[in-house]
Amino acid sequence: MTGITNIMIVGTGGQGVLTAAEILAEAAIAMGHDVKKTEVAGMAQRGGVVTSHLRFGPKVLAPAIAPGEADLMLAFEVAEGLRWIAHLRPGGLAIVNTMRLIPPVVSTGLYQYPDDPLAEARARSARLLSLDAGAIAAGLGNPRLGNTVMLGAAADHLPFDPAVLRECVLSRFRHKPGMAEPNERAFEAGRAATAAQSAA
Amino acid sequence: MNAAVPPAAGRFLLSGNEAIARAVWEAGVRVAAAYPGTPSTEMLEFLAAYPDVDTHWAVNEKVSLEVAIGASLAGARAFCCMKHVGVNVAADALMSQSLAGARGGLVLAVADDVGLSSSQNEQDSRYWGRFGHLPIMEPSDSQEAFEMAKMAFEISERFEVPVILRLTTRVCHVKALCVTTGRREERPATGFSIDPNRWVLVPGTARKRLPLMFERDAALAAFSEETELSVLMDGTDRRVGFVSSGPAALAVREAFPDAPLLKLGFTHPLPMGRIRALAATVDKLVVVEETEPLVELEIAAAGIAVHGKDILPRSGELSYDVVRPRVLRLIGETVPESDLAPAPQVFPRPPTMCVGCPHLAPYYVLSRMRDDVLISGDIGCYTLGAGHPWNALDTTICMGASMGIALGISKARAESDANRSVVAVIGDSTFLHMGMQGLLDITYNRGNITVLLLDNRTVGMTGGQEHPATGRDIHGDPAPQIDFPKLVEALGVKPERIRVIDPYELPTLANAIREETKIAEPSVIITNQPCVLIDSHKRKPPFVVNEDCNGCANCLKVGCPAILVTRRETKVGANGRTRELAFVEIDTPFCTGCTLCVKTCAPKAIVEAQR
Repeated sequence: MTGITNIMIVGTGGQGVLTAAEILAEAAIAMGHDVKKTEVAGMAQRGGVVTSHLRFGPKVLAPAIAPGEADLMLAFEVAEGLRWIAHLRPGGLAIVNTMRLIPPVVSTGLYQYPDDPLAEARARSARLLSLDAGAIAAGLGNPRLGNTVMLGAAADHLPFDPAVLRECVLSRFRHKPGMAEPNERAFEAGRAATAAQSAA
Repeated sequence: MNAAVPPAAGRFLLSGNEAIARAVWEAGVRVAAAYPGTPSTEMLEFLAAYPDVDTHWAVNEKVSLEVAIGASLAGARAFCCMKHVGVNVAADALMSQSLAGARGGLVLAVADDVGLSSSQNEQDSRYWGRFGHLPIMEPSDSQEAFEMAKMAFEISERFEVPVILRLTTRVCHVKALCVTTGRREERPATGFSIDPNRWVLVPGTARKRLPLMFERDAALAAFSEETELSVLMDGTDRRVGFVSSGPAALAVREAFPDAPLLKLGFTHPLPMGRIRALAATVDKLVVVEETEPLVELEIAAAGIAVHGKDILPRSGELSYDVVRPRVLRLIGETVPESDLAPAPQVFPRPPTMCVGCPHLAPYYVLSRMRDDVLISGDIGCYTLGAGHPWNALDTTICMGASMGIALGISKARAESDANRSVVAVIGDSTFLHMGMQGLLDITYNRGNITVLLLDNRTVGMTGGQEHPATGRDIHGDPAPQIDFPKLVEALGVKPERIRVIDPYELPTLANAIREETKIAEPSVIITNQPCVLIDSHKRKPPFVVNEDCNGCANCLKVGCPAILVTRRETKVGANGRTRELAFVEIDTPFCTGCTLCVKTCAPKAIVEAQR
């Protein structure tokens, strides 16, 4: 549809995918867009795949993004980034956290984790940026800042001013003493991590 | 869930469930009850945050509906919600109350799990409208859910009938902008009017109510023809016209923005006149309805040429990418083969039990005695015991079925099963929902079943709700707490056959299960550690693996996601046989310190982390 931006946020249960999608939705609303956000996370808390679809624009009808129509995919885990890479439209951008989360079906030898999921995803997508959000967060002193790092990584690749997203992230921590400043640094670290790369 | 009440009127990003809770409050509802079930659960959770509504978790869907009916008879607006399979449980009350009808507005919100994200079947709740002579409304997003939920109470009162608000996952869990009014209609209960000729459904009463129900059907059909809840969205492309409802209607509009669409909001009884009028103006009429072809068959029966399930799938969601190519082919357009790259093959990530889950131990034990037991399971997180690496569930059907199924298996036991004991596994909330009656049947009929009652003190699978054995109500306030040992004793289990065991004490649990399965009497083993996702769970220091790990991989059979393999080796033994070794580490940020893996580690390589 004309004027609609389609963003997928993917990861696994407990990674903060839904919260990140919520914050992106708030930013889109702040920009005056109509917004729909959907996910299938029925048993996601049990370690399953979580995908959140966010669509915004002048008027959004269906909530889900069809395969091949995502403008941007934010992957919180690298194999999940590979799993959903075909959902990107031609020319769409993938931003992938290189973190690996190994499920029991892999630990117990039933399935193989891909050797290099990032390379496989890159081979399938013309435009891909990667970052180790977990390491960046740990470097800032708190691994829980990884979600904010990922949102920062997306900030310059949205059809609106990155300051709007930053404001939506930081407003979550306004009443949590000592949290706003580390999250601001995490957001900027995520921005810097993708700004240093060329997606082409 | 701490749903803050949004301030006054406004435009909010609300899920369908939140929007309905808001509407229920604004409509002046006084009593609301439900049993949790995905994707319906949050409606009542959000509603509980609003003032002036008596909101409570019921023990099952039937009771929740009966409570709502009672409130309606007392002259108050009443609400009840459940997932699709919950209506099967509540159907006894629903089917008969349709004859007596409603007084205070009575709305039943039913959430269908189209696409089966978290359910055991994909049944279509719209059948209840046909079966029970009840009106059905179907919103497609949060704004419609909000508006229709409010309208539903008015329709219920106008026609004195319970109204079904049919939702699907893509309404309940989709967040969209929703404008609310911010005001609550004050509607005090008008009082119970004693009228046995209406409320006491005995054959004589029911017989007299039947013609009134048929008159009501006719009045509802006339209303369906005129209501603005159904809208004709006109279009210039008359090669095809659509009849659709719910989220599927949004997909249709997106896929064919220029084709006429009769978007049904009030979907039963159907506005056949409006459908006939649309059909007369288009070359082909297509019904786009999720799951069953109800509307399509009724239109065909009315003598109108119609397409539907001849071109569209019978199950799953009807999204843009499903609808568009199929309809294009129907109207003779050539649809190019998809130029999308095939999705990469990546390992599955099935839902699994959590790190340190108290259900891990019973399934580890059962998986070790697989050849000696038949295991009937039930509905909850512990249904995951059917999966890898435990493979320790043999049946799952519906809430509470583990009991009756176990009894039936044991009564009909064939020679080939003679050496197997029958075990039933059920969770705390499911036991209270519908398992108690089954246990009573086991004791009364001299069954020989070992029941594992996995009490994790919450409704785990739906996100941690309260129930009569948690000691708290929906608001988190103290509530009367049922005592499981006393309850199962009252249901006929001998006191010496009831054991309460800490599942993290693995040898004790294993001995208890082995002993009880050998005794020819009903027994109940109650595990007593809370869900790791609820507040009363106490995390202990994590564990690590030292250099003594010999790669035996026994700890992996516990199935805890915090046990990770660092390397694998193939070892050839002295006897020439090969063994697969897996050396492990513990993912300490996630480890809860439950000690289960420690108890499965022969070389004592798993030890408490230094603090």
